[in-house]
Amino acid sequence: MIECRNVAKIYRSGEEETYAVKNITFTIRDGEFVAIMGPSGSGKSTLMNLLGCLDTPSAGQYLLNGADISALDDNELSGIRMRQIGFVFQSFNLLPRASVLRNVTLPLIYAGIKRQEREQRAAEALTAAALPEKFWSYRPHQLSGGMMQRVAIARALVNNPALILADEPTGNLDTKTGAAVLATFQKLHTEQQRTIILITHEPYVGEHAERIIRLRDGEIIDDRPNNQRRIL
Amino acid sequence: MRITDLLQETQLALSANKARSGLTMLGIVIGIASVIAMVSLGQGAQGTIQSSIEGLGSNLLTVMPGFLQPGRGFVSAGRGSAQSLKNEDSEVLRALPGVAHVSPELNRRLQIVAPTGNNTNSTVIGATPEYLAVRNATLAAGSFFTESQLRSLGRVAVLGPTVAADLFAERDPVGQIIRLNRINFKVIGVLRSKGGSGFFNPDDTVFVPLSTMQKIVAGSEYLSSLAVSVEQKELMASVQEAATAALIAKHRVDPAAPDFSIVSQADIIGTLTQVTDTFTMFLASLAGISLLVGGIGIMNMMLTTVTERTREIGLRRAIGARARDIERQFLLEAVALTFLGGVIGISLGWGIAAGVARFANIATSVSLASIALGSGVSAGIGIIFGFYPARRASRLNPIEALRYE
Repeated sequence: MIECRNVAKIYRSGEEETYAVKNITFTIRDGEFVAIMGPSGSGKSTLMNLLGCLDTPSAGQYLLNGADISALDDNELSGIRMRQIGFVFQSFNLLPRASVLRNVTLPLIYAGIKRQEREQRAAEALTAAALPEKFWSYRPHQLSGGMMQRVAIARALVNNPALILADEPTGNLDTKTGAAVLATFQKLHTEQQRTIILITHEPYVGEHAERIIRLRDGEIIDDRPNNQRRIL
Repeated sequence: MRITDLLQETQLALSANKARSGLTMLGIVIGIASVIAMVSLGQGAQGTIQSSIEGLGSNLLTVMPGFLQPGRGFVSAGRGSAQSLKNEDSEVLRALPGVAHVSPELNRRLQIVAPTGNNTNSTVIGATPEYLAVRNATLAAGSFFTESQLRSLGRVAVLGPTVAADLFAERDPVGQIIRLNRINFKVIGVLRSKGGSGFFNPDDTVFVPLSTMQKIVAGSEYLSSLAVSVEQKELMASVQEAATAALIAKHRVDPAAPDFSIVSQADIIGTLTQVTDTFTMFLASLAGISLLVGGIGIMNMMLTTVTERTREIGLRRAIGARARDIERQFLLEAVALTFLGGVIGISLGWGIAAGVARFANIATSVSLASIALGSGVSAGIGIIFGFYPARRASRLNPIEALRYE
């Protein structure tokens, strides 16, 4: 479960203080599929960094599975990211020189898990992300954009995280492959009851989630279940 | 993160850009190779000098006429100019405990003529049969002169191998007659070669009985030097002291300014070792500069790599790598490069040393210490020059690193 209580992030430049986000209060239950939407400059990225434990709030509390991460140091945050969070980025961020399989096992390498178990878990994650086995030994540049994003999804799944954070996951894809990626997220949600947060500025993409939180100028302006949900 | 995984990450990263890794490593290879080669050259020179000095006789003390001022070399002392050593001195020295042999010698530079018409200018040494034992000399052909030939002013000569070759070329000199100062000498033997030491070539000499030399050839009752061989290395210092005291008493001279001086082989080796050590240090520091340049190359490449892989660093941080993990990874990349470069450099340096020894005929010696030093220094360079880039990589803010274009 994710809980934000009056979370704010302040950036200081000289004397001036700007709120990137403020008064953020919401709760996301386990197994929810939520889209966070808003135009650029609305504080989406800042919120994603906070939820992904890449950054800590300047004020307020952020509870991840009941643990307050606001006071953690850099090392402890790394540990939280390693065990509880899976990231999917717009530009995939795969290591070009490593095979698909090794890319997926990378989070487990930092967790100190042995090779055999690593590869078994990576295989499960790749299967869940619907990437056929014959591509597992390929290098990322040999794959299409849609496939690369599935590798990234598998990498996000492999440490069995409490939360998957997807930042504009379809931003670099055409509509058709984008839809396939969104279908993968929906499948993970329904079949594996994953908690997924989808961050996007595109209404069409956001409509695939079951709940939509809208931001503007760093504040939540709307938070409601999505009644016109697209099911792929 | 497990060590094996860390090593595998390093291997993947370095092999991703083989040309760049190879060229950067080349800097270290050249640096380490030149250090190893230069040090081996210096140590080889030292070994050669030491063995050729020891080849002149082991546990040797040399008594020379004239007083050596401390801190001045042989040159300023006017070596051999004073006439203070006589035959009786050798009896005094022989009586001292710990003395094995005493070889009184009188040297002159003379023209030597052979019946072939060849002639040469060489050092003629008036010596006694003990010369062989004191100077570690052995005969290649014929025999050395005997005590009775010494007593009877025998006109016999033993040739050093260089003189033998100059005068007789391929022919057997034993039994031939040579002329020294218009006096005929019969050649009875040829010495085995000892090899030149650069300062004095023991092969370019002719030996005649000391009595003959003093009374007939040179017309002098004095000696050029007295070589004393000591029974054991440990006794060198005490024998040197006793010999000094005995000769001072015999000559009745002021102990503060005696009319002779005694130099031990260890003193000569010590002085020359100092010279070769300085020489080795000089060569090694020149090579060390190229190593430093190689290290800067490593740092340059690592900084470029960190910049290029900023997004990768961001990704690694996002999926759970700690700052420490990133630092270790980049440090290990630098150390792996320099260590590998060091290993290749050591083999290359060894090869150069062997090549110099083989083709330039200069003695070289690669010691275990210089290999250990080489590998230690190369790994150390990796740590020193890899530290700053690795630190920089680990301090990148993950959010900014992920957004880096």
